[in-house]
Amino acid sequence: MEMSMNKIQSIRKDWDLIESLIRDNSRVLDIGCGEGDLIQQLEKNISAKVHGIEKNQELALKAIARGLSVTHGDAEKDLSQYSNQSFDYVILSQTLQAMIEPKKILSELLRVGSKAIVSFPNFGHWKIRLQLLLKGRMPITEGLPYSWYDTPNIHFFTLKDFLNLCNEMNIVIENSIGLTSKGKQFPIDSSLLSANIITSEAIFLLSYRDFEPIKIKSSNKIFAKNSAIVN
Amino acid sequence: MSNIELIDDNNLKCRFAIFKNANLKLTSGEVLKNFKLAFNTFGSLNENKTNAILICHALTGDQYVTGNNPITGKDGWWARMVGPDKPIDTNKFFVICSNVLGGCAGSTGPREKNDSGKDIYGADFPSVTIQDMVRAQSKLLDVLQIDQLFSVVGGSMGAMQALQWSIDFPDKIKSVIHIAGALKHSAQNIAFHEVGRQAIMNDLNWHKGNYASNNSIPERGLAVARMIAHITYLSEDAMHRKFGRKLQSRDIISFGFDADFQIESYLRYQGRSFVERFDANSYLYLTRAMDYFDHSESFKKTLEFIHNPNEHLKYLVISFTSDWLFPTRENKEIVEILNSLSKNVSFLEIETDKGHDSFLLDEPDLDFTIKGFLESNYGNEYE
Repeated sequence: MEMSMNKIQSIRKDWDLIESLIRDNSRVLDIGCGEGDLIQQLEKNISAKVHGIEKNQELALKAIARGLSVTHGDAEKDLSQYSNQSFDYVILSQTLQAMIEPKKILSELLRVGSKAIVSFPNFGHWKIRLQLLLKGRMPITEGLPYSWYDTPNIHFFTLKDFLNLCNEMNIVIENSIGLTSKGKQFPIDSSLLSANIITSEAIFLLSYRDFEPIKIKSSNKIFAKNSAIVN
Repeated sequence: MSNIELIDDNNLKCRFAIFKNANLKLTSGEVLKNFKLAFNTFGSLNENKTNAILICHALTGDQYVTGNNPITGKDGWWARMVGPDKPIDTNKFFVICSNVLGGCAGSTGPREKNDSGKDIYGADFPSVTIQDMVRAQSKLLDVLQIDQLFSVVGGSMGAMQALQWSIDFPDKIKSVIHIAGALKHSAQNIAFHEVGRQAIMNDLNWHKGNYASNNSIPERGLAVARMIAHITYLSEDAMHRKFGRKLQSRDIISFGFDADFQIESYLRYQGRSFVERFDANSYLYLTRAMDYFDHSESFKKTLEFIHNPNEHLKYLVISFTSDWLFPTRENKEIVEILNSLSKNVSFLEIETDKGHDSFLLDEPDLDFTIKGFLESNYGNEYE
């Protein structure tokens, strides 16, 4: 499917926002890295040490041919090969809705990385609600441009659904950015009802809930635990 | 005192590095007092010596990677990959390719004379391993005064050597391109090799490996070995596409045992022409070297616990969907270990029906990836 200029611009904007969430010199894994534009940008702009996973052969080979470190494969099967906390950030951009097991992927992101950056199109956006309400058919928008029968997007969810899942999994939202369909940017705050209506696309910086260091009296060592195993 | 000599051989169109009193210790414990390697170079080494690439050949390859091979009269075995303006561009890179230890294109092996200088080694040649081949290659690089290779590239047995380089000499290389290989030679692969070896050793002309002194050649055995091996290099789909059940030079079947089918005729031709260019004993030694290759237990531990300065190393692993000799699964084991240790690795599985031999054939995706990987990484590093 050919991408419209709008779509390309919105992806670029997405990338710039993702970049703004990442500290310099970090180790970054990009899942579904395509030809590697984002990781190349991160390598260049913020000296990130990058690696990508890409399912599509043509895209993976283009990324490798640019000198990027990319594993051709399916993240849902291949993420298990990466060690615990081997990246500072794991990025899943516009892909969660295409995963077979989104919940499992979320916990994998935070096993492999100490933080995860997840962006997705909000199925609760007013245009989508309106289309479904008035037309009675599955909505087609710029962010979700496919017909129901040939879409890679198999799990639709709204902003609210996502926040509930994070809560259930003890995942902390460290930062969040909403984008309207016109590309206007705003922080997603507690006034959730309106946020869930105007957010066309959302970007989240996630981590596991920080636990207080546990002090064990019998020795002077402090065992700090930053991540919880949640299923 | 050891003494090393470099000579050009105009008849064989290659160069020789001759190591005298070198006492090369082999994995088996035996020692080669003297040895020589036949090699060729293409392109030129730059001033800072940063652009050298070593290409490791597969089981039946040789130092004639590109250009004309004077033994066969044909193009080199990877002429489509290596040369001026080719994916491995000799306008940019200085390419070195040597015949492996145990081979039969001029390097020390069972076909060459032993230390006495009178008799041919034959079956008295000591067993060699992939590690021994790599150690000999590293001596050659010392002679050429190249401290660090930009890349080591190889497919199949060449991939085994490339991987071995990253284990034994990580500080002497910048990158590894490993095509259609594995951490270990599988039971199925050993089985096919064994059938090939039995064919050779059961040929009455083999004479327990000392056929040179009996003025005979185990041609039939070697041809059968090649025919078996050749089947494993193809895929069922490719064989069907290329030959199907087509008949050879006839309209009806013969009700006999002639080569009725094109595939039979093709295999017979492969067997026959192989005998003209390859030594039966060399075939035994080199298949054995592949069989003994096994890093399945040690690879991760070596990288993790043993001093292995490989932080700078960039790996590229490539497999082919229809390769059943070194399938994707086995190539991916290497990638999984490297990823689990946060090493810099890229992996690509190329969709093709051409089987294991894909790396030698016209695969534009392979060309594009190798060219891009080498030139981008070289550019990032040095330009």
